[in-house]
Order: sequence, then structure tokens, then C-alpha cells
Amino acid sequence: MKKEDIPQDKGALGNEVSYVVDENGRYTTGISKGWDVKIEALDVAWSDIEKKVYAAKQKVLNDEASPVLYFMELKIMDLPIVAAYTGFWQWQIRRHLKPSVFNTLSEKKIQKYAELFEITPDELRQAKQILSNR
Amino acid sequence: MKIDFTHSQAAHCENGVTASLLRHYGVEQITEPLAFGIGSGLFFIYLPFMKVNGGPAISFRTMPGMIFKRTCKSLNIPILRKKFSSEEKAQLELDARLNAGEPAACQVGVYYLTYFPKEYRFHFNAHNLIVVGKEADNYIISDPIMETLVSMSSYELKRVRFAKGPLAPRGQLYYPRERRAVTDEQIKNAIVTGIKRNVRDMLYIPGNFAGISGIKYTAKKIKKWRDSLGLEKSRSYLAQLVRMQEEIGTGGGGFRFIYGAFLQQAYAYHPMDELMSISRQFTRAGDRWRDAAVQASGIYKGRLTTQEDYNNMGDMLLEIAELEKAAFKELAVAVKKMK
Repeated sequence: MKKEDIPQDKGALGNEVSYVVDENGRYTTGISKGWDVKIEALDVAWSDIEKKVYAAKQKVLNDEASPVLYFMELKIMDLPIVAAYTGFWQWQIRRHLKPSVFNTLSEKKIQKYAELFEITPDELRQAKQILSNR
Repeated sequence: MKIDFTHSQAAHCENGVTASLLRHYGVEQITEPLAFGIGSGLFFIYLPFMKVNGGPAISFRTMPGMIFKRTCKSLNIPILRKKFSSEEKAQLELDARLNAGEPAACQVGVYYLTYFPKEYRFHFNAHNLIVVGKEADNYIISDPIMETLVSMSSYELKRVRFAKGPLAPRGQLYYPRERRAVTDEQIKNAIVTGIKRNVRDMLYIPGNFAGISGIKYTAKKIKKWRDSLGLEKSRSYLAQLVRMQEEIGTGGGGFRFIYGAFLQQAYAYHPMDELMSISRQFTRAGDRWRDAAVQASGIYKGRLTTQEDYNNMGDMLLEIAELEKAAFKELAVAVKKMK
């Protein structure tokens, strides 16, 4: 890439260093403000996440999944990550995704999830009501 | 307490940490491209059985941690790298290092990295930064991706050092054990070692999903994506490919431009015309990676939808594979002539 061709589209990260060649073919560095191709790739990733969050929300509202699923998607986590942070086994978490099991969870377990999802235990328990009001 | 440390922004975090840290510890000649080349940073791998954020696991560079490790080893610089099971001990040991007036690097996760824009905060655990001081409860951080020094509270730093999930850093702390100048002769030899290892990794690594054969493998996969995954998922997969290619700050060239810069800098130590012409070949490869990213973006934006578009995308990668194969073959010949 030549120095004058460095893309200057407005990205989220601000100025980034790029290695480019000058008019004599010598490598040098230049600053890029961002590149549309990359910004759009990131947009695709976020729109995929939004779709997953929306689907999880519908499942919670339809009693097909517990709020744990919704917050897991919201925090871009999957079972291995939630397991690593909470110390639960993946099969336990898979059970906690069922509304019937979720409703019987101990205070301690709810507390652990709430901490990970950065909400209060009440917000987790009442997530269904809160989501339906949005 | 703040250590007198020269922050410099780099194209990539591990190169940047390696170069800045080594310069601080006495290696005056080191630059980001030299660290990348000596550490044999250029690579390609498609891990067929692994998923990252539900998409393909692809990397354009060597495994996290290797660039620092190999560069230090080649330059005969003793290093310390340590993981912790206790968060308190991890902090105490960092503080002790800072109190001794010495900076240290940490591997961290970016999900909770407060100064990063939200758009970039995924559960990616192999980011690198240098801690260069502590004032009250705040750590002063030299993050090679950022333009200037940034800071984080002790809680925030602890959180990123103990991020969980794949490649969990487990508090990982690393630094050169002592200040040491290296001779130009050492750099010369390290360049030879770095190139030889990179030639081997790209041309002769066994299996069909790494090195040059990995690029071809990916090309063939892409041609099938439209049928096997459907339009929507193929778009997400291609967007992921581009995100990995770009990572942060490779200028879109999947690290190929940094390697081109390395070969030019290597010329100062090994004045052989071949290095300059092979450098141009890597520039060409980087440019073609950028063109491929533009083609991919046409697909993930929904402008390009036919099988022909996917075939074109795959063919571009096949062409790149040939370019890089030729460049590395020439490099393999050139490196034998180096003294």
C-alpha cells in the first residue's frame, strides 16, 4: 500500500499505525483513521450479536429460556466463558437456561450470575417483566 | 511513581510490546518490523474444528506470545514469564517490579479493557500491554495500540489480567530479566534464524490448514460456503475473515506489509538486493489481501451474491497463496547466502 492510499474513513478506534511504502518504495509508517471495509466487517459482527440478543429476548418472553440466556448473549458470552467466570459446569448452566430450573435457583447462584452480568439479583430474577415492558 | 518510558504506537500489540520493552531494556536497534521478523510472526492458519464467536478460527500471524519469546531468545535476552493463581500475588509482583523502577508487560483480555472503544471489546484474551507506573490506585499503561499513555484502576487491571475463557491470561506477567545491549552481529544472526523459521512455517508445515496450504484450503472452503452455509452465514464468515486479517492496525494486509518492512530493515544488516525485491513481493501480497477484503466486503454488504462472486473471492486467495509461495521460496534461497 502506498502512503497516499491509506484509508481515512472514520473508525471507532481513532488513529492507527500502518506500514506503507513512500514514493521511493521505502517502507515507512502512516496514520489511518479507519477503513470502511473493516468498519463494515465489525458492523456485521455486531448485527449478528444483536440478532442473537433479540432471539434470546423472544425466548425469555415466550418462557422457552431463562434470563440467563438473554444476558449471556448480551454479554457476547457462550457456555465455556460463562462456566469459566462463574465456576459452574457447562451442563449446570445448560439446565439454568430452562425457566423451570432457573426459578428454583438459590440466592447464591443468582448472585453469581448477577455479578457476571453486571446487574442486581432482582434485575436478573425479574428480567422477563423488565424485558416485556421495553 | 512513574518510570521514564518512551511510549510508541505500533501496528500490532505484541510487536509493539516486544519492541518498546526491549528498547527500554537496552536493545537500541529494535523496531516493530525487526521484532516481527525475528519472531517469525508471519503465518496463516485456519483451524477447521474450532469456532471463534460462532465463525471460522483464522489467524494471519503466529501464536500469541511467540514473537516476544523468540525475539528475546534469538537475541540471548533472559526473560521471565509467569502466570498466577492468586490475584493478590499477581498484583504484588507487578507492584514490586514497578517499585524497582522497571516496566513489565501483561497479557490481558479486551472485553473489560476500559479505554478500548466498545466496538472492539470481544472476549479476546491475547492482548498485550506494558505497565509503566502506578499513581495512587491507578496504573499507567503503555498500550501499543493507543496513541498516548492510558490508565486503569487496580480493580480494572486485575479484571483484564484475570479475564476468563479461551487463552485466559491468568495474570500473565513478562519482562526481560536484565538490561542488555546487543551487537549488530547478534541482530544479523537473529534475522537469519527468524527468516529460516518463517520459511519453514509457511512452506513446510505439515497438514493442509496452515501456511501456504492453509491459504489454499481457505480458498476452497470459501467457494463452498455459499452452498453449505447459506447467504447469511457466509456473510458473517467472510466478515470474520476480514476482521482477523485486519486485526488491529495491519493496514488490511494481514501483516504482510509489516513483513515487507522487516525485509527492508534486514537489508541494512544483510545488504543483498534479493531482500529488497522479495520485500516488494510481500507488499504485492498485502495489496492483494486488501483487494480480497474489498471483494469480501462486497459480499457481506449484500452487493455481491452469486456463486461467481464466491469463486472470485476464492481465486483471489489462491493467487495470493502462489505469490507468497514464490516469495518464501526466493527467501529460502536468499537466506542460505546470508553470512
